[in-house]
Amino acid sequence: MKFTETHEWINTDDKPAVIGITNHAQTLLGDLVFIELPEEGQTVKAGDELGVIESVKAAADFYAPITGTVIAVNHQVKDDPSLINRDAEGDGWLLKLQVEDPSEFTSLLDEMQYNALISEDK
Amino acid sequence: MPFIPHTAEDVQAMLKRIGAKDIDALFDEIPNTLKSFAMDGAPKGTNEMGLIKQAEMLAQKNHATTCFIGAGAYDHHIPAAVWDIASRGEFLTAYTPYQAEASQGTLQLLFEFQTMIAELTGLDVANASLYDGATALAEGVLMAIRLKRKLKHHKVLIPKSLHPHYFATLKTLLAPHSNIEIVSIPFDEQTGKITLSSLAPYENEEDLSALVIPQPNFFGVLESVDELSDWAHQHELTKIACVNPVTMGLLTPPGAWGKSGVDIACGEGQPLGVPMAYGGPYFGFFSTKQAHVRQMPGRLVGKTQDIDGKTGYTLTLQAREQHIRRAKATSNICTNQGLLVTAATIHMSLLGAEGLRRVALGSHQNTNQLVQALTRLPGVEKVFDAPQFHESLIRIPAPVHKIQDKLHQQGISGGLAVEPYLPELKNTLLVCATEKRTEADILHYTQALEQALLECEHE
Repeated sequence: MKFTETHEWINTDDKPAVIGITNHAQTLLGDLVFIELPEEGQTVKAGDELGVIESVKAAADFYAPITGTVIAVNHQVKDDPSLINRDAEGDGWLLKLQVEDPSEFTSLLDEMQYNALISEDK
Repeated sequence: MPFIPHTAEDVQAMLKRIGAKDIDALFDEIPNTLKSFAMDGAPKGTNEMGLIKQAEMLAQKNHATTCFIGAGAYDHHIPAAVWDIASRGEFLTAYTPYQAEASQGTLQLLFEFQTMIAELTGLDVANASLYDGATALAEGVLMAIRLKRKLKHHKVLIPKSLHPHYFATLKTLLAPHSNIEIVSIPFDEQTGKITLSSLAPYENEEDLSALVIPQPNFFGVLESVDELSDWAHQHELTKIACVNPVTMGLLTPPGAWGKSGVDIACGEGQPLGVPMAYGGPYFGFFSTKQAHVRQMPGRLVGKTQDIDGKTGYTLTLQAREQHIRRAKATSNICTNQGLLVTAATIHMSLLGAEGLRRVALGSHQNTNQLVQALTRLPGVEKVFDAPQFHESLIRIPAPVHKIQDKLHQQGISGGLAVEPYLPELKNTLLVCATEKRTEADILHYTQALEQALLECEHE
């Protein structure tokens, strides 16, 4: 699993790669009420906006950790956004991405780096 | 709001408490140059009595005319109760009376307004208003783009039968968006409306995002809205209706156009109880389907229950708005027009569905009668052969500005000259007769035009 500074996780072992927001991000946002997901088939570059996550107190964009094509979205979180609150890094995944260039993974944070980053938040 | 008097001691106590030296210190942030303005037009040393006299003299230069101009603002009857109620202190406040849910009454009124607009346009949900009709349409186009965000580039089809001021506003507000391209669709020369053959050339183009459908259009002509809506649906464009709310008393609402209805309806609210006042302030209305509500711009009031189960009203879906979403809000033109919406809500509640229907029908019949009378004059003819609502474009066998001047001398505002906007429509006048125009008014106009044409022949 790799992480971004904008609080997405990406499972680099799965093919296609699975993407979601981190448990830390869902804690900061609070109770989620609405998720806007990209459309299947959409191509994205690393850093592009993928969608919006809305909680009772805030709304935040989430971004593509790497370049690729969206090949599936999690319809369950659309129907029940609280799934992300319960299991952000498991059943609360957001979408699957066909990765274009796996070498981009190296630019992402590993778990230790990400934990160091969020410990500054605290 | 209650009047709360205070003594000089009260003022001193309050200033002391907040640590301000004097009242002026509270306004420190405002530069001195802005605190008063020069009265250049008035002679130095004039007192109030003298100023009023001068203003009255200037006011006498205004001629009250009988209005036969529509073109976006309409001279409808406004029941006296509308502004009497809207001007009460509970409603007439300087700013945002619903802030932090303070006034449940104001929120309820906005909720009722939203309900009326949703019903009038045949859609699920309406916002608490926008700045005016033209900006509401621009917001509609931007919303349509958000609904199609899969596309990187967006072509928006705008008929040339749309009001030219709306077209200009669209150009201005869409200009910063380099990914949006306005495609102007010509109207049919015989009928003045958009036909399927005007759209056919775009059928196979890529990146089509939205189609704007005006009803009635700038010329007062009824567009074939079912056909246009279905065409847009078939080619997967977002459908935006720009409608006159009074005509909704008779016409099919946009939510029921074609097989699927439009996605967004918007328009100018002025005909609903707002007087014509040299161009404003007016208000825009805006409604959409439930499925699109999170992309809708503007304030939205919801009805809910408090913990005791009592009905309450509150602003809702605020994560769309700029105080939460900042630069990415669905709109950063945050104006809504609370007071005008108050008047419109009272207006609609007094008229009811039947009253609105009668206003619409009266305006339609009067305009028909006017056009029939005018086109009996030699050389005066209807430009378009098509069903019209309460406006019509007529061609006159003389220079339009001369005719307008001569009519004006007879106490008649005879219509809008269209040539400055659309040069191909030479010597044309856009005329309108609302339910307020009498048979005598129409006769007066006809005779004055006959006279004016005779004079022009001899000049």
